[in-house]
Amino acid sequence: MKLQEVALTLKARVICGQTRLERDVEAVFASDLMSDVLTIDSEKLLLLTGLVNIQTIRTSEMSDIKNIVLVRNKKASPEMIALAEENRIVLMECSYSMYKACGLLFEKGINPVY
Amino acid sequence: MRFEYNIEAGNFTKAGDASSSFKKILKQLNVDSQIIKRIVVSLYEGEVNIVAHANGGKVICEVDTSRVNIQLIDVGPGIPDIEKAMQAGFSTASAKVREMGFGAGMGLQNIKNNADQLFISSEVGVGTKLEIIVNLPQN
Ligand SMILES: Nc1ncnc2c1ncn2[C@@H]1O[C@H](COP(=O)(O)OP(=O)(O)OP(=O)(O)O)[C@@H](O)[C@H]1O
Ligand SMILES: [Mg+2]
Repeated sequence: MKLQEVALTLKARVICGQTRLERDVEAVFASDLMSDVLTIDSEKLLLLTGLVNIQTIRTSEMSDIKNIVLVRNKKASPEMIALAEENRIVLMECSYSMYKACGLLFEKGINPVY
Repeated sequence: MRFEYNIEAGNFTKAGDASSSFKKILKQLNVDSQIIKRIVVSLYEGEVNIVAHANGGKVICEVDTSRVNIQLIDVGPGIPDIEKAMQAGFSTASAKVREMGFGAGMGLQNIKNNADQLFISSEVGVGTKLEIIVNLPQN
């Protein structure tokens, strides 16, 4: 699924990477635990997380994760946005709970990581 | 080539700066992206451990044509039982560390899974040393 459709499905606001919404997403991983995220090895991954601090972006940088949705109406800080921009990460904010966001994407047929 | 970085204890704003810098170097050296990921995930886990559990330290990254060798040396409480610390799920992380998204007790195991070799030595009350080796493919 294209990021554009992810944004529509989640009624998400694109905070950074507006021009990269043609990117394809093949799997979703949802976690507030960066320890967990660091063990994932998937291409074209979308990360759904309610953990909102600079380490969310750092972890994604190290894990080559290029697409992030912040759930539960959490707001990205300017530092997070700058680091995301530097790493060509598409960052979105969504007001849905983790459960709802996951459910909507699952319904659209995006695969889990495992 | 040798690169050295200092790691500040408790500073989660800066945690990952060393890993980020070294990642840029590996990219410039045209190392395969899958291998870069294994290297920097290991390095980042080790870096976050110094920030979270020790009183500061340094990272020394050495690159030659056959491999990357990373030493993470800290001053800190040390690890009393390394075997136990290696077990998935064992963690002494503080509430502050958990708030930052860490402290699941998975880091050392994840380093082991990503590295070709991992050596840990530690002295209680003195500090901990991790040596991480990732081989580079020869062609
Ligand atoms: N550099 C260190 N100095 C002192 N203790 C350490 C150090 N690194 C690890 N430890 C100890 O080993 C435990 C396990 O480390 P590990 O990295 O596997 O998990 P964690 O850091 O607690 O959580 P996670 O890495 O999943 O975020 C730590 O909780 C801590 O008790
Ligand atoms: Mg750790």
